Amino acid sequence: MTPFLSVENLNISFPARQKTVQAVRGVNFSMGRERLGIVGESGSGKSQTGRAILGLTPSPGVASADRLEFDGTDLTRASQSEWRAIRGQRISMVMQDPKFSLNPVMTIGWQLIEAYRTKHRAPKSLAVEKSLEMLNAVQIRDVERVMRAYPHELSGGMGQRAMIAMMLITEPELLIADEPTSALDVTVQIEVLRILDKLVTDRGMGLIFISHDLRLVSSFCDRVLVMYAGQIVEEIAAADLAHAKHPYTQGLFNCLPRIEGGIRPLPILTRDDAWAN
Amino acid sequence: MYILDIEELAVTYTKDRQKIRALKDVSFQVKQGESYGIVGESGSGKSTVLRAICGLAPQSHGSILVGQKPLDASRDFDFYRQVQMVFQDPYASLHPRHTVDHVLSEPLTIHRFDDCEARVARALTDVGLGSDFRFRYPHQLSGGQRQRVAVARALILEPQILLLDEPTSALDASIQAEVLNLLDRLRAERGLTYVLVSHDLSVVAHMCERVMVMQHGLVVEELTRQDLQARRATKVYTKALLAATLGYRADEKEKPQ
Repeated sequence: MTPFLSVENLNISFPARQKTVQAVRGVNFSMGRERLGIVGESGSGKSQTGRAILGLTPSPGVASADRLEFDGTDLTRASQSEWRAIRGQRISMVMQDPKFSLNPVMTIGWQLIEAYRTKHRAPKSLAVEKSLEMLNAVQIRDVERVMRAYPHELSGGMGQRAMIAMMLITEPELLIADEPTSALDVTVQIEVLRILDKLVTDRGMGLIFISHDLRLVSSFCDRVLVMYAGQIVEEIAAADLAHAKHPYTQGLFNCLPRIEGGIRPLPILTRDDAWAN
Repeated sequence: MYILDIEELAVTYTKDRQKIRALKDVSFQVKQGESYGIVGESGSGKSTVLRAICGLAPQSHGSILVGQKPLDASRDFDFYRQVQMVFQDPYASLHPRHTVDHVLSEPLTIHRFDDCEARVARALTDVGLGSDFRFRYPHQLSGGQRQRVAVARALILEPQILLLDEPTSALDASIQAEVLNLLDRLRAERGLTYVLVSHDLSVVAHMCERVMVMQHGLVVEELTRQDLQARRATKVYTKALLAATLGYRADEKEKPQ
């Protein structure tokens, strides 16, 4: 069986005046319709990996890969029109901060309807109906108000849910979620995860979940890629994360404070230069 | 005796003749040398408590006693020598065009301390930064290093009470461990009193002896560290917070809205 998404030797570099920064170096992975987690600290290249799959590497960055294949389509050679048929239609992305990824001068409703009508040539009334349905699905209580609201009139949690609704209204086959819950309160966080979980199990959507929160990823995803300095240092089943082999994964897991208390001072992650090679 | 005694504190912001009550009725006491935690979600008013203590939020009711002395509307010099605050975002709380040396010597000049040279050097060593960092600008430092500078700036006036507003939430987990260890060590060495605000229950359980849970500008309940560790919470809201620290569980029933 060919994998749903396969990435081989992905490299992303940012040329700068003095030297070129290699943000991602030789990343390989493939996934089916599952929940794949990518964890790492800031600057480890996890977000850039997610963006490169959608061809959204910000300028002047350059992404290159030996193979970048999504469901039989070679993304490295996709034309603009092929990209348009994929981006937002078959692969969607949820960004970290709703404040910066929603259009500030358009209402939530307008943005949802637009998203729906770019995929389906449907009358507006149907699009409105679908939008309301989608907002309900992401557990927004006051849907009528939210439809009329501008992004700044919503709280962070509401904005993020509206954002997720917008990404899901086109019923994508793969969702790339870049820290979708980091800006949210813990209780809201769990609700948003429940929505995503439901979509994966009910609709067979693939999910790439990018996060810095090891504990959350280990409880939510099926499989986890651990990134350090632009490389994947370990690939591990989420349930085994507590028994990780790589010292970086272990260090990252152990330095979290625990409610049950215990170790004081907290173990510090000591970095080894050899990890980055 | 209590070094910090807050009674029936209320904070009201007025905007377009609309009154927004950020804090409705909050009372708590902190003993000398204790570490006190405040948790809650965004908008619960947990940071407003710290801002009100510092005089950065409009207090509309209640009293704040520091060392059994009630505070005036305008805080005096002595207050700021006694109480200092560390803010959440180390990227925003340091002046981008001031060197570390400038950041650390400014409070010393304002409060007319002597021996500034040695104090700045010592403050840097205390937070685990060497003298190499003294003439750097914030953009030349990593997030963890910046937060260390912010801690050094707060401690340079030798305060007794440190108000910590989400001191590690902008940092990576590995850096968070380093900053928490630093705060722990400094408190043990100097007998400081902490009031630590965080949304992360495990951070608070690690750092604080007592914890206040807040929601909608009100106190939900007060727990000891032992209560937290044994997950003995009486209120539904606290139980939900505790459950969330376990991560995601698929089998959990959907909560009614």
